[in-house]
Amino acid sequence: MDMSVKKKLGLKEKYALMTRNLGWEPSYEKREDVYPLLDYEGIKIHDWDTWEDPFRLTMDSYWKYQAEKERKLYAIIDAFNQNNGHLNVTDARYINAMKVFLSAVPALEYNAHRGFARLGRHMGGVGPQVACQMQAIDEMRHCQTQIHSISNYNRFYNGIHDWKHMNDRLWYLSVPKSFFEDACTCGPFEFIIAIGFSFEYVLTNLVFVPFVSGAAYNGDMGTMTFGFSAQSDEARHMTLGLEVIKFMLEQDPANLPIVQKWIDKWTWRGVRLLTIVAMMMDYMLPKRVMSWKEAWEIYFEENGMSLFKDLARYGIKVPDCVEQIKKEKDHLSHQAWTTFYAAAPMTNFHTWIPSDDELDWLSAKYPDTFDKYYRPRFEFFREQAEKGERFVNPNLPQLCQVCQIPMLFTEPDDPTQIAYRQSEHDGEKYHFCSDHCQHIFDNEPEKYVEAWLPVHQILQGNCFAEGDDPSAPDFDPIASVMKYWHLENGRDNGDFAGSEDEKNFAAWRGMTTSNT
Amino acid sequence: MSVQSIRPFKAAAKDVAANFHGQQVVYFCWDQHLMFYAPVAKLLPPDITFQAVIDTELTPTYSRHPDFARIDWAAVQWFKDGEAFTPVLDTSLAGNGITHKTAVHFKTPGLNGLNGNGF
Repeated sequence: MDMSVKKKLGLKEKYALMTRNLGWEPSYEKREDVYPLLDYEGIKIHDWDTWEDPFRLTMDSYWKYQAEKERKLYAIIDAFNQNNGHLNVTDARYINAMKVFLSAVPALEYNAHRGFARLGRHMGGVGPQVACQMQAIDEMRHCQTQIHSISNYNRFYNGIHDWKHMNDRLWYLSVPKSFFEDACTCGPFEFIIAIGFSFEYVLTNLVFVPFVSGAAYNGDMGTMTFGFSAQSDEARHMTLGLEVIKFMLEQDPANLPIVQKWIDKWTWRGVRLLTIVAMMMDYMLPKRVMSWKEAWEIYFEENGMSLFKDLARYGIKVPDCVEQIKKEKDHLSHQAWTTFYAAAPMTNFHTWIPSDDELDWLSAKYPDTFDKYYRPRFEFFREQAEKGERFVNPNLPQLCQVCQIPMLFTEPDDPTQIAYRQSEHDGEKYHFCSDHCQHIFDNEPEKYVEAWLPVHQILQGNCFAEGDDPSAPDFDPIASVMKYWHLENGRDNGDFAGSEDEKNFAAWRGMTTSNT
Repeated sequence: MSVQSIRPFKAAAKDVAANFHGQQVVYFCWDQHLMFYAPVAKLLPPDITFQAVIDTELTPTYSRHPDFARIDWAAVQWFKDGEAFTPVLDTSLAGNGITHKTAVHFKTPGLNGLNGNGF
């Protein structure tokens, strides 16, 4: 008897059936009612079917790959925990870099999940819908694995016991939070340029290098493994970002100025966000991977520029802000670390003055600026600390209305002078750290006047601990804000030297290497 | 230009003066003294005199800097939202035209931070 066995589906056929053929044209609802977000940003798409999905990944293969990745990742994370892998890091100061990462990034991943899930619903073609849905699931996976990493560190070290609570309240964490909320409140096209292109494509290596290579250099196998597991998704995300931008530019010439404006905005927003990454690379990794300046030169000035050259045929220009960033690369990390050092009582991690060999490393990496401007600052701080008068600036800083970073950045051509920019809208004054943040505000003032700036919220009396009475004679506003943040001053922050973290790490490591 | 939105909306500015319970935010910065890393945000009553601001706000904020004790207050150059001005010391902030979210900066000629280096 002849059996008629159906041939297994080829890849192309499978992709067609499981992706493109899932879509349909609505017959009793208007298309614009089904996809209400596609027009208002001004982007014109004439033919969604010309979208090319470079990966041709279907959901069944996606689940298979991801499940395999998860199994490997959790096997390693479990082994790391069973063996007290945290005691193998170079130096317990490193864990503070992880605290910054774990306080800021899981919430970013979760918001990326929300954003891409929304795009999976609202994109006008099946190809990008499916690609966005997969990315939404990836982002959720990254968020979950990071939360598992928090719990492993939280068992042993201070400052990350309430990361979600702090993420919504703590002053410096409003910087990443507001970045993503800005993106999530954009239309679908701007969101994908913001996150898929500017952040994940243009700036991705600058994020990846300090965390994942940093983890590898500093003996943190758990984080390194997580990083590689996530990075295998990033390749897909980057390609999606690039594909979307090319698709938009090919669809209609009127899209070019809109896309250019978004690239300019989000490159700058991304770079401002990376200030903290610059600081981690130059100050927080006991074993350095490379300097922030070197990373910027390799990953932006070389690799990023070749990307812009590729896009030049569509008329895309390198964002103007790049000139300013080139000037700031010699200053950024030093200005950020001296800020966090001076703001010690308001953070959830420890700071320190670099050791002599670290100061020498910084001098070598920043020959034009470090000895002239920044070494004397650390020497002053050290002198003060040795006298028992550790320097602290207990004042609340003025924040930039757009990036929400304290106004710590100096004029691009004068590293001794803070840059101030100011606009007026509806009779109110607004202040900015730079021309580029000011331009972003001036383009959409209605959006940024609604910013939840932590300093202003504190001054409005909205950030005191529940039950505290600001009119009581013995009311201590700073103590009340700390309580509201769920931070214990001196235990969760302050100097690394003499901290509970330092003592515990030394004691536990001692137990693994000796018999007493 | 203005924000693009799905439907019209009226933006609600978060930091209007009315939200600060009768007080106002004023930013101060001692230029060329980056030890204090950023301008400071102070919550002040509009009727406080400028001299009182110097005595009760700026002095505790900045006196830790070795330059502070050497300031010749008569020679200080003041700026209000970027424009040079001469404050009337026994007059209120409001009388000096310093309103909610005004940025006041001051320069101390000859005192430009430790080693004259802006710190």
